[in-house]
Amino acid sequence: MTSRQKTAASVANYVDERTGAAAWMKKNLTKVFPDHWSFMLGEVALYSFIILLLSGTFLSLWFDPSQREVLYQGDYQPLSGIKMSAAYASTLHISFDIRGGLLMRQIHHWAALLFMAAIVAHLLRVFFTGAFRKPREFNWIIGVGLLTLGIVEGFLGYSLPDDLLSGTGIRIAEAIIQALPVVGSYLSFFAFGGAFPGEAFIPRIFTVHVLLLPGIFLALITVHLMLVWYQKHTQYPGPGRTEKNVVGYPLMPIYMAKAGGFFFIVFGITAFLSAVASINPIWLYGPYTPGQISAGSQPDWYMGWLDGLVRMAPPIETHAFGHTISWNILIPGLIVPGILFTGMALYPFIESWLTGDKREHHLLDRPRNAPNRTALGAMSLTFILVTLLNGGNDIVATHFSLTINQIMWFSRFGILILPPIAFVITKRLCLSLQRADRDVVLHGVESGTLLRLPTGEFVEVHTPLTAEQSWTLTQHEQRPALELPEEDNHGVARGKVLRNKLRSRMSRAAVEEVTKPNSDDMKEIEGH
Amino acid sequence: MSHEVANLSDPGLPAHVHRAADSDPKAEKKAERQVATLFGLSAVGTILFIVSYIYIPLDLFIFVPILGSTNAHQLSLGLGLAISLLCIGLGAVHWAKTLMPDNEVIAQRHEFRSPESERKEFVAAAKEGANAAGLGRRSLIKRSLGLSLGLVGLSPLLLLRDLGPLPGKELEKTSWKTGTRLVTDPGNRPIKPSDLEVGAVAQVLPQLNPDEERTLNNIGKDAVLLIRLRVEDFQLSPERLAWTHEGIIAFSKICSHMGCAVALYEQQTKHLLCPCHQSTFDVPRAAKVIFGPAARPLPQLAITVDTEGYLVAQKPFTEPVGPSFWERSS
Ligand code: HEM
Ligand code: FES
Repeated sequence: MTSRQKTAASVANYVDERTGAAAWMKKNLTKVFPDHWSFMLGEVALYSFIILLLSGTFLSLWFDPSQREVLYQGDYQPLSGIKMSAAYASTLHISFDIRGGLLMRQIHHWAALLFMAAIVAHLLRVFFTGAFRKPREFNWIIGVGLLTLGIVEGFLGYSLPDDLLSGTGIRIAEAIIQALPVVGSYLSFFAFGGAFPGEAFIPRIFTVHVLLLPGIFLALITVHLMLVWYQKHTQYPGPGRTEKNVVGYPLMPIYMAKAGGFFFIVFGITAFLSAVASINPIWLYGPYTPGQISAGSQPDWYMGWLDGLVRMAPPIETHAFGHTISWNILIPGLIVPGILFTGMALYPFIESWLTGDKREHHLLDRPRNAPNRTALGAMSLTFILVTLLNGGNDIVATHFSLTINQIMWFSRFGILILPPIAFVITKRLCLSLQRADRDVVLHGVESGTLLRLPTGEFVEVHTPLTAEQSWTLTQHEQRPALELPEEDNHGVARGKVLRNKLRSRMSRAAVEEVTKPNSDDMKEIEGH
Repeated sequence: MSHEVANLSDPGLPAHVHRAADSDPKAEKKAERQVATLFGLSAVGTILFIVSYIYIPLDLFIFVPILGSTNAHQLSLGLGLAISLLCIGLGAVHWAKTLMPDNEVIAQRHEFRSPESERKEFVAAAKEGANAAGLGRRSLIKRSLGLSLGLVGLSPLLLLRDLGPLPGKELEKTSWKTGTRLVTDPGNRPIKPSDLEVGAVAQVLPQLNPDEERTLNNIGKDAVLLIRLRVEDFQLSPERLAWTHEGIIAFSKICSHMGCAVALYEQQTKHLLCPCHQSTFDVPRAAKVIFGPAARPLPQLAITVDTEGYLVAQKPFTEPVGPSFWERSS
């Protein structure tokens, strides 16, 4: 043994004798991870969170979370001698006087955008491939929680610098709190330490932004990853892959090198974006004052859908018995988002109730083989796209020379009409893709070579698929619809009959599919 | 629909495809060199970072194609960091892809459900534990524990009570009183009707006593917009017309939707527009909402002139300004 090996051995021995780690490490260093580009989306979210921790800690060394009024005397001339909050002044200080400060602010903000984008993309991957099914429902719920908290965390961070744009965002948040029936004014006065804007809000959300929520994130992400580790990763279907195995690469060394390298790539890309693309130039907006506003105010994209909903809400308020209920705020600001996120969190349970499928699933679905789920996803995405479009209606209007009026009315109707249309189209698309799968399995792919038959006719030669390809296209399961008692002559209670009817109807819709080729079909072809 | 049909058969994992570097020593050497070059480039990036940090002044601006005028310090720091990080990452991934063993491995999964016997033992142990504590028998303890646990949660909630004062009538009040002068913002000068031409807009605030300081809280409720029209342009009730003065009409600048500053006035259409969600208010008709999500007109402030000819408030606002709240009665 070289002396270096000796040192390593004795350190390992020291740790193992006190923790028994060797047995656990041995098992886990060879742990198998399946490989697919779409499995990197969750990783991007994790890495951008780490970047946020690092860059955020740097910013907090100079950021002064206070709404105390100061006279600005720093290096940025246009604002010299202007009254502003200490929070805003210190953000200017970070941007103009601290070397690398502006770069870090940009990295923090770009990482926040990337974090949210990666979470959303990851969630879509999990949804469309059915990775949320048993036994992974907990992780789905944790993911929805992370998405929700991420939106809140991003909003709070965006609010910290106390510039004109972010103050306007806080004003809107205050109006939403205040709109809550019965308790609204009280909650708003508690949150702001009195009337808006007061001097308590920024220090308070600072604690939430840098301590409370990051702590919760850390805890949730840890549980999320432990579950992935323990339950093992799902895999895409293919030859040799079953519900009972995982096919992939061992953690050590290849997966570790790839994942570690990928962290640096994500960090590098974030640094590059921050170097060349300016984001949130707060010095151009000026300090916050409630009497002013900058035109064309736009929130970060992950808030844009809420903004779009608020903008398209019909102007309805109820005044009765000396009280006011602002439907124009409650519906887009709380009720619709509440329904969306609750529905999203409960979806795994809804689906398994409808299909009656209570088994474990480790092989992912190809989206076309789950037409209803895929169509539902397309429907939700369409909904969000309409809200985003309306959230950016001023930008859309100037780009496409439309009036805001036109876009608003388009959105108000579109939000109701377009999602169901998207559902129908997507479902049809899935079924025709299934048909196309069936065709290539049975008839092969067109080879482009023509063959002249003895009769003089020309036919195109079809190359049959390999056994591997055929297997990938046909391995999925096609299940019968649920058979539930619908008559009450067996003593089934009336309420239950209705529920069963609903369930079997949905379940019949769920199994609508193009029958996949089976081995008999294949034999028949070979016979020809 | 057919089911329970015989599936095609699974041909099993395809044979492993070897890479060039697995067998060809030349390809292997080449990959090795590429990885090392990337790691080396990363070191160059770090040096660029250090040099920029020390030598490029913070306020040097340079012209870069596409980007335009750019802060040189921030740009080169960022590029240095990006190069140093990216190249480590690319090097590691390239190393893994070309040189590390890439044989697929198959691991078996196991059902998560515990074996039946273990589940039984667990239930027995849990029951035994509960029995030993006697929770089932000692209902007095159970109930009092429930009570105390329920109550103990109240303390932290109560502790939050001092986060802020109760709203009281605070949301309904502004600083405007009968006879309060309108002063310009910025500038703090009282104004006369003659200061405003037809078509002009001005942001005003209530004049404060010399001993009072204006806070953002005040501005958030007191900000008012003055707009001067020709008197014949108004389509107001006689009462509201009496609230104007020589064609000058005053509205709260705080949006009745969610409280943004209603900042855009379109002279031609005589519309006030809130940039937040584009609620549009028609000035001649007492700021009636003609578009957008706002449900109420902007509150109008009754104005007149005092003995010295300066614009003053006739009386306080007759309704709360800003976004709605539960206790609001109209
Ligand atoms: C998921 C996590 C996080 C998200 C989405 C997030 C998002 C943001 C955003 C969008 C900003 C505004 C940046 C700007 O343009 O100025 C911000 C500011 C800030 N964040 Fe975070 N952040 C996160 C985590 C953290 C952590 C962990 C810390 C500290 C340990 C932190 C400290 C700060 C500070 C001090 C500021 C204000 C300074 C400034 O804006 O220059 N953040 N955050
Ligand atoms: S705050 Fe003015 S339209 Fe929403």
